[in-house]
Amino acid sequence: MRSMLKASVAALAAAATLAGGAFAGSHQLSGDLKIFLDTSNPAPRATMEAMIAQFQDLHPDLNIETTVIDREEYKTQIRNFLTANPPDVNTWYAANRMRPYVEAGLFEDVSDLWMEPEIADNLASTKGAMTIDGKQWGVPYTYYQWGVYYRKDIYEELGLSEPSNWDEFKANCQAILDSGRKCYTIGTKFLWTAGGWFDYLNMRTNGFDFHMDLAGGNVSWEDDRVKQTFMNWKELIDMGAFVDNHQTYSWQEALPFMVNGDAVHYLMGNFAVAPLRDAGLTDDQLDFYQFPAINPDVALAEDAPTDTFHIPANAANKDAAREFLRFVVSPDVQTEINNGANLGQLPVNAMSGVDDDKFLNEGFAMLSSNSPGGVAQFWDRDAPAEMAKVSMEGFQEFMVKPDNLDRILAKLERARQRIYR
Amino acid sequence: MAVAADAVQLETRSWFHRNQQAIAPWLFLAPGVLFFLFYVIFPIFQSFNISLYEWDGLGEAEFIGLRHYEDLYWEFADRDAFFVSLKNNLLWLLLYLLAIPAGLFIALFLNQTVVGIRLYKSLFFFPFVISQVVVGLVFTWFYDPTFGLLNTMLGWVGLGPINVLGDERFVTYGIILAGLWPQTAYCMILYLTGLNAVDPEQIEAGRLDNAKGWKMLWYIIIPQLKPATFIAFVVTIIGALRSFDFIAVMTQGGPFGSSRVLAFYMFEVALSEYGFRMGYGAAIAVVLFLIMLCFIAYFLWSMYRDQKGGR
Repeated sequence: MRSMLKASVAALAAAATLAGGAFAGSHQLSGDLKIFLDTSNPAPRATMEAMIAQFQDLHPDLNIETTVIDREEYKTQIRNFLTANPPDVNTWYAANRMRPYVEAGLFEDVSDLWMEPEIADNLASTKGAMTIDGKQWGVPYTYYQWGVYYRKDIYEELGLSEPSNWDEFKANCQAILDSGRKCYTIGTKFLWTAGGWFDYLNMRTNGFDFHMDLAGGNVSWEDDRVKQTFMNWKELIDMGAFVDNHQTYSWQEALPFMVNGDAVHYLMGNFAVAPLRDAGLTDDQLDFYQFPAINPDVALAEDAPTDTFHIPANAANKDAAREFLRFVVSPDVQTEINNGANLGQLPVNAMSGVDDDKFLNEGFAMLSSNSPGGVAQFWDRDAPAEMAKVSMEGFQEFMVKPDNLDRILAKLERARQRIYR
Repeated sequence: MAVAADAVQLETRSWFHRNQQAIAPWLFLAPGVLFFLFYVIFPIFQSFNISLYEWDGLGEAEFIGLRHYEDLYWEFADRDAFFVSLKNNLLWLLLYLLAIPAGLFIALFLNQTVVGIRLYKSLFFFPFVISQVVVGLVFTWFYDPTFGLLNTMLGWVGLGPINVLGDERFVTYGIILAGLWPQTAYCMILYLTGLNAVDPEQIEAGRLDNAKGWKMLWYIIIPQLKPATFIAFVVTIIGALRSFDFIAVMTQGGPFGSSRVLAFYMFEVALSEYGFRMGYGAAIAVVLFLIMLCFIAYFLWSMYRDQKGGR
């Protein structure tokens, strides 16, 4: 691990030297640059610190001060520091998750950066997620695919193949259940994992646009189309497809079921690959497929949550902050920070290379060519926070007590009328 | 001559010097009173004020009158989150009081002189010393549906596995039980000190009058333990209202919000990741405050009565 980190720092240095040429023309930056990060896990933290060190080398007169805040703490602290003691650059999430700060006037409008050809041409795919009211409020630095991770060795043992439609999906599951295993592991204690299932089932049943309308509060929760999504979900629940007692586990606590072979699939983001590999699963045992189509009439759409950098409206050194944002999204830096040794995710810049990793390659291919319907952020980033909370609680209850569906939907409908008024 | 000088001096003494006796206590009280006003009394009114606004903590606050309370009423009528939280709060208040008799009986049991009794006492007191978070974690593992000790033990007597923290019928009781463990130890220590102060002569006299067993306990011992019982009652009520830690550690209010209490609900609505409805949170806080006010009033009244009676 250590040598890997060292290697990546060295490679990053090389990348930045290359990138340096591009920045040579810009004027010399000076003063302080305060950066607040939520990348508190060891690997992302090292990646970010190495990247910032490179930016420092490019601009020796700049006094960079980096603060790393625990990822969960950050979600509440951001409100305080944006109003009281703003840094010059901070991390956050795309789409609706940034709306409260945009509407409160706490994020700087960076549409000017998005007019520059290097960004306008190469970051087009994430522009929508960064846009509110026709303006852009930050830049993305990484994103990752969601999909079905599964135990290839168990598939081979049972003679199954990757499903391409809903019936095959269920048939595979029945075969797995018959072999005494569970189809899907999940831990819903912290609710959001159930949101992933809802995203996929609803986008496959009713399509991306309907899904976004629902997240935007324009559709009743008691609509028959929403009920159809839950009926599809109920088919799986009634089969006993999900692990028992999932409401007691976090997503990490649900991993052992898959590692031990008690469950075969995990609908998750690509960040689940690292702990599964750490637990001893090899690439021969672990594989990935796109969530299959349910309703053949709707275009496939995917979840791909995007993490972002923003400039607070009250930042002191906006020139340096803009330069930092340009640096972060430049092709070489993107290639480097998203490679397998660093974040292990997908670069946002179209000119960047994707690291030669089986899951990253599959994910990149899926998002760039096989997601014609659109790319969603994730339920708790697309829907307003309050609606996300109430609804994900409803999803959890539904997964435990599917017969309560009508009561749950009535409750969500009441919440919708209150929240979006 | 001397008298005249005194009179002059008396008049030239400053107002402060003349009223020293009356002012001194207020001066000594002033820091405490100021802090109390600023950090306790003022926020109470501030909370009530915020509860009349719709405010996300960032933008403009919009005045909406009593609508949050109306929403709370509808949540109560629909048996929604607020109803569940309120019901759980009452469960906590009632069941947590079990710590008092349990603590009393352990104290009576330990109130004997055998070799190493100090060690046994400290072992019984141990759960109160460790952090509530640790107690919560230990009980979470104990209840774990797949690996937990509870289900292993139930298996010995042929009872099926139950998922205490994942079942909305059991979850609150499961957490209360975890909370009772340290709280019982606390009550026990209060009663142990109380038992030291029991008058041996009254026990002697009781014996002569042929009192023993339950009668001795009920008519001779427990009346003498009244101060300890009062304190145990106070700390247990406070403990029940502070159940937040256990819930946050063990279930996060789940499954589907069925183990929430008012304090946790308030936190979720106002301060958690998906929250930031400051006004609504403040309205819940006001309701919680009114519940507490009943107890505060009772405590104040009974302390006032005791002091007047001279005890």
